[in-house]
Amino acid sequence: MSNLPAYKCDTVDIASQDPQAEQPWAELGLKSDEYQQIREILDRRPTSAELAMYSVMWSEHCSYKSSKVHLRQFGDKTTDEMKEKLLVGIGENAGVVDIGDGWAVTFKIESHNHPSYIEPHQGAATGIGGIVRDIMSMGARPLAVMDPLRFGALDHPDTARVLPGIVSGVGTYGNSLGLPNIGGEINFDSCYQGNPLVNALCVGSMRTEDIHLANATGVGNLIVLFGSKTGGDGIGGVSVLASETFDSTGPAKRPAVQVGDPFAEKVLIECCLDLYAADVVAGIQDLGGAGLSCATSELASNGDGGMQIHLDRVPLRDPSLSPEEILMSESQERMMAVVEPGKLEAFMEIAAKWDVEASVLGEVTDGENLEVFWGDDLLVQVPPRSVAHDGPVYQRPLERPAYLDDLQADGTAHLNRPRTGDDLARTVLDLIASPNMCDASWVTDQYDRYVRGNTAQAMPDDAGVVRVDEETGRGVALSTDCNPRFTKLDPYAGSQLALAEAYRNVAVAGAAPLAVSDCLNFGSPEDPGVMWQFSEAVTALADGCAVLGIPVTGGNVSFYNQTGDIAIHPTPVVAVLGVLDDVAKRNRSGWAHAQDAIYLLGETRDELDGSAWAEVAHSHLGGLPPTVDLAAEQTLASAILAATDQGLITSAHDLSDGGLAAGLAESVLRHGVGASVDLSPVASRDGVDAFVALLSESTARAIASISASDAEAFEAVLSDKGQAFARIGTTGGDHLKVEGQFTLAIEDLRSAHTGVIESAMSH
Amino acid sequence: MGTVVVDVMPKQEILDPQGQAVVGALRRLNLSQFTDVRQGKRFTLEVAGDVTDEVLAAAREAAETLLSNPVIEDVVSVRDADAAAAGQEDAS
Amino acid sequence: MKVGVVTFPGSLDDHDAARAIELAGGEAVHLWHGTADLQGVDAVVLPGGFSYGDYLRAGAIARFAPVMDALIPAAKGGLPVLGICNGFQVLCESHLLPGALVRNDHQKFICRDQKLRIERINTAWTGDFAQDEEITIVLKNGEGGYMADERTLDLLEAEGRVVARYLGGNPNGSRREIAGISNEAGNVVGLMPHPEHCVEPGFGPGLEGLPFFTSVLRQVVSA
Repeated sequence: MSNLPAYKCDTVDIASQDPQAEQPWAELGLKSDEYQQIREILDRRPTSAELAMYSVMWSEHCSYKSSKVHLRQFGDKTTDEMKEKLLVGIGENAGVVDIGDGWAVTFKIESHNHPSYIEPHQGAATGIGGIVRDIMSMGARPLAVMDPLRFGALDHPDTARVLPGIVSGVGTYGNSLGLPNIGGEINFDSCYQGNPLVNALCVGSMRTEDIHLANATGVGNLIVLFGSKTGGDGIGGVSVLASETFDSTGPAKRPAVQVGDPFAEKVLIECCLDLYAADVVAGIQDLGGAGLSCATSELASNGDGGMQIHLDRVPLRDPSLSPEEILMSESQERMMAVVEPGKLEAFMEIAAKWDVEASVLGEVTDGENLEVFWGDDLLVQVPPRSVAHDGPVYQRPLERPAYLDDLQADGTAHLNRPRTGDDLARTVLDLIASPNMCDASWVTDQYDRYVRGNTAQAMPDDAGVVRVDEETGRGVALSTDCNPRFTKLDPYAGSQLALAEAYRNVAVAGAAPLAVSDCLNFGSPEDPGVMWQFSEAVTALADGCAVLGIPVTGGNVSFYNQTGDIAIHPTPVVAVLGVLDDVAKRNRSGWAHAQDAIYLLGETRDELDGSAWAEVAHSHLGGLPPTVDLAAEQTLASAILAATDQGLITSAHDLSDGGLAAGLAESVLRHGVGASVDLSPVASRDGVDAFVALLSESTARAIASISASDAEAFEAVLSDKGQAFARIGTTGGDHLKVEGQFTLAIEDLRSAHTGVIESAMSH
Repeated sequence: MGTVVVDVMPKQEILDPQGQAVVGALRRLNLSQFTDVRQGKRFTLEVAGDVTDEVLAAAREAAETLLSNPVIEDVVSVRDADAAAAGQEDAS
Repeated sequence: MKVGVVTFPGSLDDHDAARAIELAGGEAVHLWHGTADLQGVDAVVLPGGFSYGDYLRAGAIARFAPVMDALIPAAKGGLPVLGICNGFQVLCESHLLPGALVRNDHQKFICRDQKLRIERINTAWTGDFAQDEEITIVLKNGEGGYMADERTLDLLEAEGRVVARYLGGNPNGSRREIAGISNEAGNVVGLMPHPEHCVEPGFGPGLEGLPFFTSVLRQVVSA
């Protein structure tokens, strides 16, 4: 091809003839033994393009080389019974579960932490874009997004820099795609200073027969790249190679960050759905990290033959890109399809209808290798599995951190507790005005929660609920949770508490928990203490899921979340998905009517270590987190689901951070309906005082409101399920009154609860 | 009364979705001689007195710290509005 | 009774608008931006979203879509047209309605349940409301600030063409709290909030958006 830019391409021939050429493997982040391993796989030195591919695909981010040995437990501990509802498990772009009536749902949570610190708006935006493409690549229509966000202290100046940008990035991108944002978390802790966590979840649905997979099968089938043009995005590390292959002046500057184009993604979504409906796609893969390298090697590994592609056929935004850079570019809003030759014309017509550029890069071959050409030059000839799946696996050293004994010994028993009703009232107001418990509408009002008209419930309710089938009302509920203070104190217990909370939130909304996705945010895997935390967390989640009978369907690991030597608290964010046969039956989480009976479900123990109270009142973190009791969580879930099914519940709210006090205050504030509560049944049964009853964070608890006329039937359901309960009060009035302790006007609760984030951001 | 004009453009290597959408629309309007479009921002900064070198220096600082996002944008010019016609452009 | 819903690249609430029409008892017909054909519909909804990414200016590129070549003369001839949010922006860019919509004064996208007062009921889209009826429907926009010069605003007020006004706080800096306006004849209405999200029990804040769609069906029947 004479019109190609004149690169001195490092071809397979050259590599074979010049085996001793110096290569910048170390600059590309490869270890010496990894480089040797590549030479052994190829039986020669890699070409510069191959070196680029291996270096990125074998990176921690793409290969999971430090986490793999631990993540295996998610598969190993999944029983056959758990697998029954699992249509596609770990390893594909996203897991798929059967929610009944022929519907399949796919969901996944991922991180985009580091890019969001560098350029908050674009980093967060492209995070949403990436997870949405994962869901699309399963053949699904994306239904909704959620975004758990974690920042440094609310009053730290850098939080005011990153928070508005991250929120506007999530909002702008998600809103422009027409995907309702139905929940997530906003959490502040100084451990995230300099390392905010931006996790993003997407859920999509399809008919079970429409599931698509990322595999390139069928010799002669065509490989089509479609979507945005390819630019020099995300290839910073690889430019060391580009500079060596350029003839003259060297490459143009490469972008430090990527800019997302939500409009291009929205069009790509509709285009993909049209392509699926027309049945012209045999295999599909999104382009994310490592770009074409990842997409082609994944597709080819999962297929039954080899693959040939031609990089000179990639539509470019920046014509100065070298072949290596094209191969590695992470430009957004692109997809790759495997198309039977007879269906290409129909494929191209649909792409043209949506003004989506599509280009045939090559085809599936009967060989064994992935071969990449630039004109007539063969730049890559590798076994695709060696790139995509057979990377190095590390058993990194683990060590329980030495500080943990002291930390766990430093409980809250010695901290001053409120003594009088007035003290308690002040404590409650301080709690609901604290950054982690205050009203988050400054953030959530920037997200469209209504688009597509299927949102039955969103923030600030416990779980997001979205309808899947417009005829029957069948739908799903989702919640993401993690209390990083608990995981810091005890990563095993803390991780199970995250799982338990998400499980509880979904059940409290009236949905039967079905499956789990997790986003594991940790510090450096090279730190044995961090690696121990990671190992504990994965083991805990795999064990916990086995007890609860809900499989992990996929997720993501994000390491190196630290500033200098200081790692973030272990933050395994757990997303639980549940199913409702009709979303109309869901339980809302605030009181809508006066004169309803209020019930506290579950038992309360003196468990204040790591609590919101310890943080807000004493800036204290130490001791042991609350007891994990997964059997009690299952009992609670089955009791609530049975009562929901009978239509007995007018509202239900999970108790977690801030305990009963927070649950009561939030239920009052939701619709401005007050309550009168008497704690004495709880105090006498559980042997706790008013403070513990209100502020303890004992798990497996919820509050529910019931029409007075249904109280008897409700109690019968609870007794039948063996669920502990206490009738603690009645809704109504303009106050939250706790008998014998305090009375707080709703307006005082509201003025404490609102405006906190807004005023911090306006400074 | 003087005016400083600051022009900010997306960096050349950064995707400019707005420009892409505009060039597509131009094509549909049969104005296809324009092969690419990039969309930037113009700021006008008013000062009470003349636009001195000190004012331009301050404007340049404003442009680089606040008016542009150095991660994705370049300040392509900072200039005295009245002197612009005389070609006193100051690319920074 | 057939009501067309136009899909531009980047339209988002087209599905919702079609559902609202069906729930009101009409037949929704999907119209494609690239075809200058209204398929004989009796009314048209330009739905919300970010047509062409809202790049350049919201609605500025959609205004040149082929479907608008058919729609603009039809609207001038009396065809009922409702532009919701992005559709309102398209109607302003097309000069079927006066004024323009600019970025919210607080510079952020806002999604909330918004109280409105319906001030003009002799339009094709508001006949089923009572004069000065107060309703709450979804508001969600990034560029929802209604702007026009004082003379135009005075004229709109004098001619009674302010269809809806925000109550309980101006959410986006719109002049004179204007949430929606109409042309003189009342067949073309632009509305920043989203009635199509308030038509089905259990989804959205209530059912107070439904009368916009029942109104046009009744008007078309009686016309």
